[in-house]
Amino acid sequence: MQPTNRSSRILLPVKLWFVYLSLFAALGLEYIPTGRTPGLPDWVALVLAFWCVREPLRIGMGVGFVFGLLVDVGLGAAMGQHALAYVVLAYLANTLARRVLWFPSWQQALHVLPLLLLAQLLMMAVRLLAGGEFPGWSYFLSSFSSALLWAPLSFLLLLPQYQPVERDDNRPI
Amino acid sequence: MSFVGHQPPPIFKRGLAPLARLFMFVALCLVLLVADLRFRYLEVVRNGLSVITYPLQMAASTPADVVRNAARYFGTLIDVQLENAELRRHQLDVGERLLRFDHLERENAELRGLLEMSQRIAVRSVAADILYNAPDPFARKVILDRGAQQGVEPGLAVVDAQGVIGQVTRVHPIQSEVTLLTDRRQSIPVSVVRNGVRGVLYGTGRGSLEMRHVLADVDIQPGDQLVTSGLDGVYVPGLPVAKVLSVNREADAFARIDCEPLAAIERSVQVLVVGRAAYPPPPPASEPEGRR
Repeated sequence: MQPTNRSSRILLPVKLWFVYLSLFAALGLEYIPTGRTPGLPDWVALVLAFWCVREPLRIGMGVGFVFGLLVDVGLGAAMGQHALAYVVLAYLANTLARRVLWFPSWQQALHVLPLLLLAQLLMMAVRLLAGGEFPGWSYFLSSFSSALLWAPLSFLLLLPQYQPVERDDNRPI
Repeated sequence: MSFVGHQPPPIFKRGLAPLARLFMFVALCLVLLVADLRFRYLEVVRNGLSVITYPLQMAASTPADVVRNAARYFGTLIDVQLENAELRRHQLDVGERLLRFDHLERENAELRGLLEMSQRIAVRSVAADILYNAPDPFARKVILDRGAQQGVEPGLAVVDAQGVIGQVTRVHPIQSEVTLLTDRRQSIPVSVVRNGVRGVLYGTGRGSLEMRHVLADVDIQPGDQLVTSGLDGVYVPGLPVAKVLSVNREADAFARIDCEPLAAIERSVQVLVVGRAAYPPPPPASEPEGRR
């Protein structure tokens, strides 16, 4: 797999432990108690969408479901709220996987933004139906800040795969 | 195993189609949601999963702790002196009232003994700090720094210096989650101080409270003080809760009563978790099982 399908650079295969490590790191970031500050990115959704696009054969709805439940437990949200959103997000990201990688990264972010918004919309629909209160439109800012982070995050998460097969101490990366 | 839009030839082993798996997962999530929001069956699952999430949560809360402690450390001396003076004044005021209160409590116990009434219920309390707002944006909840290890239990009332702010709804080992009175799904049984009229106070989700199920001809006026009635067997009776702002009797058979909480519900920092030392005897057995 390559950074984008147009570029000629060939990456190392991904290591599955790194995928799960990055997901757990995102979970840790998600748990940082920030109160109700609007516009903070949904780290788990972002990293999950990234790996669903990159590795559609390995990462999909099952992983989304499990991490959704973990987010629900940690944030004290309704059980299944994030799980539902992440399952749908993972499905759609898998669907996009073969198309998105032909685009440069800012256009990839534009592809992912509607998915993130849809995930948030699903969560809001579920909670409003259950009698929760409307959190205000600033709730949806979170998707936009997540989409902004797409490009730097994809660089960061692909770093381990940029390494050459043979170790060369003179090579910068 | 196949992924979306990718049809392998049938000689390979294929899993369930992606769309079918999507519907399976969505159905499972909906079942979970209903079981949790409607019936509250999933507290066991939650506790089980929190074994995984708890260490991560503890690690993640460190930066917030550092920021909070730094703010406290760098607070200026003048602020502290002002606060100290204020607290001393308050202490004098409260101390004088406490002296009288001790006397009255003794007298009350003696009188109750003479009249052969049951003693007032004993109260136990735990002091706690509010750490932060719970991150769930659809509910009004806060997290306390005291939990099951310090004797906090689900259902206890949480009060600040002015009145009730909410109820403990979930308890972790060293933290607990409090649903504020202003949450839309929270309610509290109250009575009017002036004449003992009873009612139930509901949160509106907009920062105010509303007293429902009170007939339009009942004697309630703007300015009336509302305290917990204690009829639910959960709250300690007599805790101040709210003040009546306006009463509208035209709307319906029931009056529409808007109230304003007395406590600084969304702003208080130090709180007290208050509960009964012993639970009251169960209601008579004539009611069917499982209903209150």
